[in-house]
Amino acid sequence: MTATTTSPTPSPARSGPLARRRGERAVRARGRGQRGTAASIGLHAALLTASAVAVFPVLWILFISLGPSSAWQQPHEVMHHLGLGNYRYVLLHSHFPRWLFNSVVVAAATTVLGVLTAASAGYAVSRMRFPGQRPLMWLFLVTQMFPVAVLIVPLYNLMVRLGLLDTYVGLVLVYCTISVPFCAWMLKGYFDTIPREIDEAGRVDGLSPFGTFWRLVMPLAKPGLAVTAFYSFLTAWGEVAYSNQFMRDPHITVAVGIRTFAADERADWGSLTAASVVIAIPAAIVFILVQKHLVTGLTAGGTKG
Amino acid sequence: MSTATVDESAPHPADPGRGRTGSGVPARVLPALRRAWDRHWYAWAMVAPVVIVLGVLVLYPLGYGAYLSLTDADERNVAQNIGPIHIPASYRFVGAHNYWQVLSGQDGAFYPRLEWTVLWTVACVAVTYSVGLAMAVLLNRPMRFRLFYRIALVLPWAVPAFVGVFAWRLMFNSQYGVLNRLITAVGLPAQDWLGTPGAQKAAVILVNVWCGVPFMMVALLGGLQAIPGELHEAAEMDGATPWQRFRAVTVPGLRPVTTTVVLLSTLWTFNMFPIIYLLLGNNTTGDTDILVTHAYELAFGGGAADYAGSATYGIVILMILVAFSTFYRRRIRPQD
Repeated sequence: MTATTTSPTPSPARSGPLARRRGERAVRARGRGQRGTAASIGLHAALLTASAVAVFPVLWILFISLGPSSAWQQPHEVMHHLGLGNYRYVLLHSHFPRWLFNSVVVAAATTVLGVLTAASAGYAVSRMRFPGQRPLMWLFLVTQMFPVAVLIVPLYNLMVRLGLLDTYVGLVLVYCTISVPFCAWMLKGYFDTIPREIDEAGRVDGLSPFGTFWRLVMPLAKPGLAVTAFYSFLTAWGEVAYSNQFMRDPHITVAVGIRTFAADERADWGSLTAASVVIAIPAAIVFILVQKHLVTGLTAGGTKG
Repeated sequence: MSTATVDESAPHPADPGRGRTGSGVPARVLPALRRAWDRHWYAWAMVAPVVIVLGVLVLYPLGYGAYLSLTDADERNVAQNIGPIHIPASYRFVGAHNYWQVLSGQDGAFYPRLEWTVLWTVACVAVTYSVGLAMAVLLNRPMRFRLFYRIALVLPWAVPAFVGVFAWRLMFNSQYGVLNRLITAVGLPAQDWLGTPGAQKAAVILVNVWCGVPFMMVALLGGLQAIPGELHEAAEMDGATPWQRFRAVTVPGLRPVTTTVVLLSTLWTFNMFPIIYLLLGNNTTGDTDILVTHAYELAFGGGAADYAGSATYGIVILMILVAFSTFYRRRIRPQD
């Protein structure tokens, strides 16, 4: 990062002084997409500031986690006592690995189940005209409005009755209710951008509607599916309220477990920061894998709701 | 699957005794239903998993929550299992009493919470949208380090919200936090960032904006890329200044994206739970609670759990949001 901060070299080096000396005419002389030195510096300065604000909290957590457990009180000590003590404690001597395992299971299952159901529903809504289609789209939107507070008590009772309280299955299903409506909505938009001729060709070749969907459309929708997977994963990985109420001690997820490090009286910021870094890494990896699809996937969806 | 179900429904329209209740309408409805089934069973089968899961885990609890809001259910009178002993529920139906308590302002919390929730939502959405749009416009041009900026700016999205919240909580710490170290280093007095209700409100908005900008930015960046370059070229040929081009080409071109992201982000922010709940821990007087966190506190905070009150708040929140979305979509549509 330091390397890039020192060299925001403006791309067209010559046009800068020219632009300033000759004013208006030089601006015209510059080609499209080129800009003067001042504009370049301004652009890079703005983006660097914004990037710093975006990245700093994350780097700060990483930095503190590498110091001794009291490092959050003396950040300047970190550089002299760099070490992995906090990580060793969190990974070997606390319940954190168990929480991490729970979160991985729940998030992976939510992602797979969420993407499959959202894709099939999104495809049906995109390609077929059927009674109940409009109410379904409306339901997808309305589900975004349901506050945790109205659902959580009844859901708790329902979970007890179905025997799903404190189980992975229960939590995965609850997370699907959060992620699937949005994902289906997004994927519907994405499927709309895939030409219908492809489906027709599939049907002519004797594929069933489901075969067309599975063999032809799904592979073409990979960018949209990647975004959907990303969203489902993050929903499950970061959810707090439901997990807090529905899961008991050995089964709690990281989002809930990590709070035991942040008890109000005596916050153990060493363990908390180390655990946070461990939690952020898988999310960041998933993110890097899908990030180049984010723009296409996201905008093809949503925008046409 | 299709044959089985079709066979099952086949006798119905043929059966003369069935459904003919004088008018003869059902006799016409059933074949129509059968035809509809034959035509649409594929679509229905594909949406069935979603419909079943949403029906069981969203609509049913919603109905149940609406029912709870009409009772006086609390910790003492709901059904409980204490060891092997099952105590049946003993709460009573109280009609609209809870709604009256809330909407008349008698419970004391509703209107202050509503006011802050609206302020919080408007502030968060407005700031997030403006910053997101600015970042998207800056990123949407060829330049060096573009990929680096993009990854850096989207990073808060990749980090789970609660991790981001803890990072900010650590940085805000009044005694040891890095923010105070930075500002005292340049000679400014240290601030009690999370001390007063006003500061807490500013802090939660700041953190929410930090978490929300990447989504906005990515969505708007996609929207910008969908605007045909020729439009900008044409405007440029006509001698439009960059600001005029932004007003006349970019803003209208972004309308579909804007409509959607503003709606979604309003709904999400209005119901945003973890940021407010986690950033302040127990160091809050309740002034920073929005409606959702207040309702959660009613049911699961300290003190006697007020399930009916919590459910009432939930239903009221839902009503507000449904009214808002309906109004919003109606306002938007004619202009499209």
